[in-house]
Amino acid sequence: MDSAALEPSLYTVKAVFILDNDGNRLLSKYYDPELYPSMKEQKNFETNVFNKTHKADNEIAFLEGMTIVYKSSIDLFFYVVGSAQENELMLMAVLNCLFESLSQMLRKNVEKRTLLDNMDGVFLVVDEIIDGGVILESDPQQVIEKVNYRCVSEQAYGFVLFDYITGNMEAQGERRQLL
Amino acid sequence: MIDRSILMCLGSGSNPFQHLEKSAVLQEARIFNETPINPRRCLHILTKIIYLLNQGEHFGTTEATEAFFAMTRLFQSNDQTLRRMCYLTIKEMANISEDVIIVTSSLTKDMTGKEDVYRGPAIRALCRITDTTMLQAIERYMKQAIVDKVPSVSSSALVSSLHMVKMSFDVVKRWVNEAQEAASSDNIMVQYHALGLLYHLRKSDRLAVTKMLNKFTKSGLKSPFAYCMMIRIASKLLEETEGGHDSPLFDFIESCLRNKHEMVVYEAASAIVHMPKCTARELAPAVSVLQLFCSSPKAALRYAAVRTLNKVAMKHPSAVTACNLDLENLITDSNRSIATLAITTLLKTGSESSVDRLMKQISSFVSEISDEFKVVVVQAISALCQKYPRKHSVMMNFLSNMLRDDVSSSKDGGFEYKRAIVDCIISIIEENPESKETGLAHLCEFIEDCEHTVLATKILHMLGKEGPRTPTPSKYIRFIFNRVVLESEAVRAAAVSALAKFGAQNDDLLPSVLVLMQRCMMDSDDEVRDRATFYMNVLQQKQKALNAAYIFNGLSVSVPGLEKSLHQYTLEPSEKPFDMKTVPLATAPITEQKTEIAPMATSKLPEKLAPSRQDIYQEQLAAIPEFQGLGPLFKSSEPVQLTEAETEYVVRCIKHTFANHMIFQFDCTNTLNDQLLQRVLVQMEPSESYEVLHYVPAPSLPYSQPSSCYSLVRLPEDDPTAVSCTFSCTMKYLVRDCDPNTGEPDDDGYNDEYVLEDLEVTVADHIQKVLKPNFGAAWEEIGDEFEKEETFALATVRTLDEAVNNIISFLGMQPCERSDKVPENKNSHVLFLAGVFRGGHDVLVRARLALADGVTMQVTVRSTDENVVDVILASVG
Repeated sequence: MDSAALEPSLYTVKAVFILDNDGNRLLSKYYDPELYPSMKEQKNFETNVFNKTHKADNEIAFLEGMTIVYKSSIDLFFYVVGSAQENELMLMAVLNCLFESLSQMLRKNVEKRTLLDNMDGVFLVVDEIIDGGVILESDPQQVIEKVNYRCVSEQAYGFVLFDYITGNMEAQGERRQLL
Repeated sequence: MIDRSILMCLGSGSNPFQHLEKSAVLQEARIFNETPINPRRCLHILTKIIYLLNQGEHFGTTEATEAFFAMTRLFQSNDQTLRRMCYLTIKEMANISEDVIIVTSSLTKDMTGKEDVYRGPAIRALCRITDTTMLQAIERYMKQAIVDKVPSVSSSALVSSLHMVKMSFDVVKRWVNEAQEAASSDNIMVQYHALGLLYHLRKSDRLAVTKMLNKFTKSGLKSPFAYCMMIRIASKLLEETEGGHDSPLFDFIESCLRNKHEMVVYEAASAIVHMPKCTARELAPAVSVLQLFCSSPKAALRYAAVRTLNKVAMKHPSAVTACNLDLENLITDSNRSIATLAITTLLKTGSESSVDRLMKQISSFVSEISDEFKVVVVQAISALCQKYPRKHSVMMNFLSNMLRDDVSSSKDGGFEYKRAIVDCIISIIEENPESKETGLAHLCEFIEDCEHTVLATKILHMLGKEGPRTPTPSKYIRFIFNRVVLESEAVRAAAVSALAKFGAQNDDLLPSVLVLMQRCMMDSDDEVRDRATFYMNVLQQKQKALNAAYIFNGLSVSVPGLEKSLHQYTLEPSEKPFDMKTVPLATAPITEQKTEIAPMATSKLPEKLAPSRQDIYQEQLAAIPEFQGLGPLFKSSEPVQLTEAETEYVVRCIKHTFANHMIFQFDCTNTLNDQLLQRVLVQMEPSESYEVLHYVPAPSLPYSQPSSCYSLVRLPEDDPTAVSCTFSCTMKYLVRDCDPNTGEPDDDGYNDEYVLEDLEVTVADHIQKVLKPNFGAAWEEIGDEFEKEETFALATVRTLDEAVNNIISFLGMQPCERSDKVPENKNSHVLFLAGVFRGGHDVLVRARLALADGVTMQVTVRSTDENVVDVILASVG
């Protein structure tokens, strides 16, 4: 990595992916066609990254010649990958923006189930933050405004269960209508 | 309903997309055609399709096209999220579906429409499906979009333009004025994207880039990303123009150290650290901001800081000493990458006394860190061993433990890392004679269970080289012969070669080696059998000279050169046997390729056998008809500068030596942009009986495009001892003035000349370095037929080191047996040098040096030719 010269370029992000707590891919985008061109290589890379990072919340790692910044939340793992020479803090800015945007969109329920229920919104958020490896937006507030997405609330199911257990059939009926 | 909701609640970790079937989803996609459109259901199906694509599900062209066309109907709905998902689907399917361009008009409508939410994403989707021919059609819209007042529209247009630069540079280049306007935008992201696009469009025009930098660094930037971009551009420019540290570009980078964004501060510090030729004083401000970052609560910032400090420590360990305390706090960091980098940095900057403690600390978690960082650790240790040779036993133990643990933990992989360890052990052995036996023992243990052929052969070669000269060579035989029994062909062959070296060196082991050889002759692989048979026969002769020539000291010719010569030989059938002396010699002796300490690099490219510099020259010269029939290229010198660095014309010379001729290659560069030079040649006036036979001029020399002209000189045949000569050189050429902008020259020109510095030819130009791994054997092989000896007093030289370096650079010969390193606190030293004189005569020099009031030197020269001996002694005196 003797990389004195980092070619000035807007192409900052090599890849971004979200994995669940078993290391399964929920979403992943690779922006550099030369980096892991095949699906098999991509998944191998993700597995390797997951194995090395899921135990300790260390925020940053260096694997397979790539700088990887990451963050976990309940049963989700968010990763942003850049080249070895990339400014780590730029990658961090992308990761924070991704996480904050999703957190706002999902009303702080950053966990697998809510994420998957709002997968369309998640796709749109990633699309607004990074376009083909270029950082398009880094302010979560802007991202949320641009995506303008209405979250499907998970909360309602919780109430249904509560009502079911407490035998409140009436409330259950109401909620069902609400849904 | 209730049951389902309970299930959904309880299984809240499960994945609703987990058991998606592609065919079922495509079936569902038929509801896209229903009227009225149900946005929620359609949205769900589009999400499923994108999810499947994201999981790597393969869509056939037909089914993808079908789904794509069905999706286009959804443009009728005005549901915002649905429309956005359509854009995403278009982008995802752009490469797998056919005829995606049918959505062009819908997208163009959205991009110019009233709904700002649609416009940006529509532009990005449109550019994704646009090709060069269609780009003309949307050019007008793109230009408008770039300067649009809505930031998301402008940003989208700029970034999409950047993506399209690769495809159609010429079209996008026409948008440079719009991009320029966008660069003055108030929006931080728009400014960043506009600068990025502008740089990509202008990067080949250094002047324009400089102007752009000046403009924006003066007016100040809003976006930290834009600052980072500018810093990178500035440091690239600095490097290209070799600008000094008084340049305004450097001032700009330094001023960024005081920016309020950490990202910018770090980028600036890292840029300064990476500058070549940076002095400790210029580094100091960068190092002190990195020092602050070391105590940041953010792991990424600590990591970035310590990684950069680690780099500084490679070149300027003293500059980092100030941070030692901060680094000490990081060696127990919970992020092991940070801890490892901190320790390896401290190993470079700290004192000898802290080595043991740091090594202990790192041993405690070495198994937790990734292979990339293990390599970093090994490299740090390798550097340390050179610095503190006395610590070699601690290091050696640590390395062998690393090697052993790793073998037991993972059988596969870790090759890079093991290679680093093996290289490191080998270099310790070479540097410290005392560590030889323990080192060899560790290596023996390692090859017992090593699955990497490359490493096993390397170690066997090492054992063959060093083993026979240890006090008890017999103990290595068992390890080597085990390889013959157990390993693959390549390793077996290497083991046979190693065995032969033991037999050749140690007479008492010879009978046993011969027995083992006999067994190897029955091997199933032909290479192993061939080697065994060959060595068997050589060894049975029991002649020192044969042993030296065929067992200890291998081929000294360049392998690509040999390949070419042999190919040539087979093309022209002749009665004459193939002559090894016609093959050019290898230029870079193996020991000189010190593993660089710099890289953490995990380059993915397979290593190719690159042709050496000399092979490239050989090819270039052979292409010039005037230089036919000179025989093989014997030696090419390093370039010699014949002008000052900052002159109108820059000329450097490379001296190519042949058997009876020399070719001088003048690489000329014209640094005046208003001149075109033609018919450039360098006229040479020799001081001795050298004869200039021919000039090959460079036909034309435009601004900043280097070109070469050549002179062919015949060496004096009657006086073989005339090896040195001085040439006075003058460059002659025809000048045609030209327009600096277009490069269009005037019709007529005038002749002019330019005086260059004198060029020296010395004895070193006639000798090629050759490494004799076993100097003693080679010495015996040549014999004392033409031996001569003389004693000189070097009055001006004060230390043995200085004397050794002077002799080596003067004679241009290869030091053998690591005799170029003078042990500390010694008053005498013996230097062994080996080389081949022009014409293919081996020449060996033994210089005994004694220090007392200056250095006294007794030089003994042996060669296969008497003249050569005289030449060397005459030139030393």
